Amino acid sequence: MTKADLVEVAFEKVGCSKKDLAEVVDQVFETIKSALERGDKVKISGFGNFTVRHKKARRGRNPQTGEEIIIGERRVMTFKPSQILKDFVNSGVQE
Amino acid sequence: MTRSELIEEVASKTANFTKRDVEIIVSTLFKSIAESLARGEKIEIRGFGSFKVKQRDARRGRNPKSGEGIIVESKKVPFFKAGKEFKQRVNTIKPTP
Repeated sequence: MTKADLVEVAFEKVGCSKKDLAEVVDQVFETIKSALERGDKVKISGFGNFTVRHKKARRGRNPQTGEEIIIGERRVMTFKPSQILKDFVNSGVQE
Repeated sequence: MTRSELIEEVASKTANFTKRDVEIIVSTLFKSIAESLARGEKIEIRGFGSFKVKQRDARRGRNPKSGEGIIVESKKVPFFKAGKEFKQRVNTIKPTP
């Protein structure tokens, strides 16, 4: 499933131009990204939480060369699915 | 930021849509992703990331309270991987200690 498919499904619910809909869908993802960029978390009830985690610098190793390197301090985003989503995925709506 | 705050912000940026419209679109969006995941499909959103389901094998576990051994059944876990651009954007602002 791609963004185009998501727009298609939304189109069936809200009858309006697909171009406008694509803009809203883009804006949804853009807004989530901006919030996380600010360090904010995004909580979508019934779906899950997107949060930013701060990772400290640590020693790592290049698995290919065995060379030791320092992995710098960085911020990564994580997604924690809600219990509802986890249950739903396991509920057997299988193909 | 909560779902309603997200809706609020998106509605303020998209003039042609009422808050009600955006609400329906946002709900539909996450519902479609969830349904797609339940079917075992992968969802790829350019510039954002991808959602997929990972299979966890059954394993022997232990009830931490009683110490009793139990079998944890195999299950599916939803998983999100941020896209390259998204990762970079999250990492741009220097963290405050």
